[in-house]
Amino acid sequence: MRPFEYRRAADAAEAGALVQDRGTFIAGGTNLLDLMKLQVETPDRLVDINRLPLRSIEETEDGGLSIGALVTNSACAADPRIRRDYPVLARAILAGATVQLRNKATTGGNLCQRTRCYYFYNIDQPCNKREPGTGCGAIGGFNRIHAILGTSDQCIATYPGDMAVALAALDAGVRIAAPNGSERNIPLRDFHRLPGDAPQKDNVLEPGEVILAVTLPPPAGGKQLYRKVRDRASYAFALVSIAAVVRMQGGSIADAKLAFGGLAHKPWHDPRIDALLTGAQPSTGLFHQAAELLLEGAKGYGGNDFKIPLARRTLIAVLREATGLNEGEPA
Amino acid sequence: MHLTINGEPREFTGDPRRTLLDFLRLDCGLTGTKKGCDHGQCGACTVLVNGRRINSCLTLTMMHEGDEITTIEGLGTPADPHPLQSAFVRHDGYQCGYCTPGQICSAKAMLAEIAAGWPSFVTDDLAGEVTLTREELAERMSGNLCRCGAYSNIVDAILEVAGEQGA
Repeated sequence: MRPFEYRRAADAAEAGALVQDRGTFIAGGTNLLDLMKLQVETPDRLVDINRLPLRSIEETEDGGLSIGALVTNSACAADPRIRRDYPVLARAILAGATVQLRNKATTGGNLCQRTRCYYFYNIDQPCNKREPGTGCGAIGGFNRIHAILGTSDQCIATYPGDMAVALAALDAGVRIAAPNGSERNIPLRDFHRLPGDAPQKDNVLEPGEVILAVTLPPPAGGKQLYRKVRDRASYAFALVSIAAVVRMQGGSIADAKLAFGGLAHKPWHDPRIDALLTGAQPSTGLFHQAAELLLEGAKGYGGNDFKIPLARRTLIAVLREATGLNEGEPA
Repeated sequence: MHLTINGEPREFTGDPRRTLLDFLRLDCGLTGTKKGCDHGQCGACTVLVNGRRINSCLTLTMMHEGDEITTIEGLGTPADPHPLQSAFVRHDGYQCGYCTPGQICSAKAMLAEIAAGWPSFVTDDLAGEVTLTREELAERMSGNLCRCGAYSNIVDAILEVAGEQGA
């Protein structure tokens, strides 16, 4: 690791003031220290925010929950309220990493984890995300794990996480504090960005801003599924993942909210899919229509071409399970 | 800056880059904790912090003021081994032994997680009681790799201790 100065912050304002230009916040550190050892991240200053009072899960006035940014992934997935009312979130968290990592990784840090693109991780390779203007090694290179939706000619990296995919399906919010003490709330679905011509920016956080909490709306009920397709049964990133919250009423779909991981630079949410499904009678034709919408603009880059049929089949399988239609038959 | 290692108070004043793993091995002489990948992938560096298992390679010593760290040396001794250590010997739960301290620290914490009712990705009923099947154990121990492939004996050793503890 390159040398850095270590500072501790007591509150969000101090953290924002300390972090300055070349500083970085550290919470769990499981991704940041990994990247610092490889000199992908080379901050001059680490601002330790672990002493900020953001370690609890609290009920909100509207009947939802507010998950403090420093609540560990383990604590969140084990919380009885999360397990009972937001099982898709517990399942998604438990699908990621290992217990050792989840015991350190935090809710806010998990949202900010970086891509696992091989070219981003290797400082000898070109990467517009790590070093803007150097090019993209993955386009035309090895790109089995890369994005098929929302890519640009600058970057085809994916957001690698599971938790945020469930949060996108649940339509969670993110509460953020600015260094001047002001706060803003944004939908989780708008927190991560598409790469465009600024792939170095993973999300919409401005310099010095600190995530305070993730807020969950009141429990949505229904059937909640997190399906993750990956190369190993455990401890592997998603090739394709789907978070689904589907409520049935009298044989039709009363409400459907879906989000997708492994396909894009952000947890992918397409409101047209939710609108198509909501109010409809489940049928194989309907599920194929949903897949057509999802993959309308999909583009393979060679190594990841397989993700297009994989995403289609996984979506149809998830919708069958969620609605109980022809469960178990091949897609 | 103070922390406690295996019940003994320790002080750290060094380079902020010092990971907890390097502090344990290089400054405290506690070489039972192993450096495998140094990137949180293999689990050889697993220690307990306030009773919870973490990868000591992916955390800075500076971040552990006031914490209680337990390493393999704090679990048992050759004369008075921890039940998991005895079970690993009985079941031949290793070949080269490099992953063993991490496996045992990890298993100790895992049994505590089961007792606390933590679900895993393969738990059918998130709200129900957890039964430690081989499938559950494989999922919960997936952060500890054994390149010798001694997994079947590792599983037997841990299940034996879990059975004794009623997990």
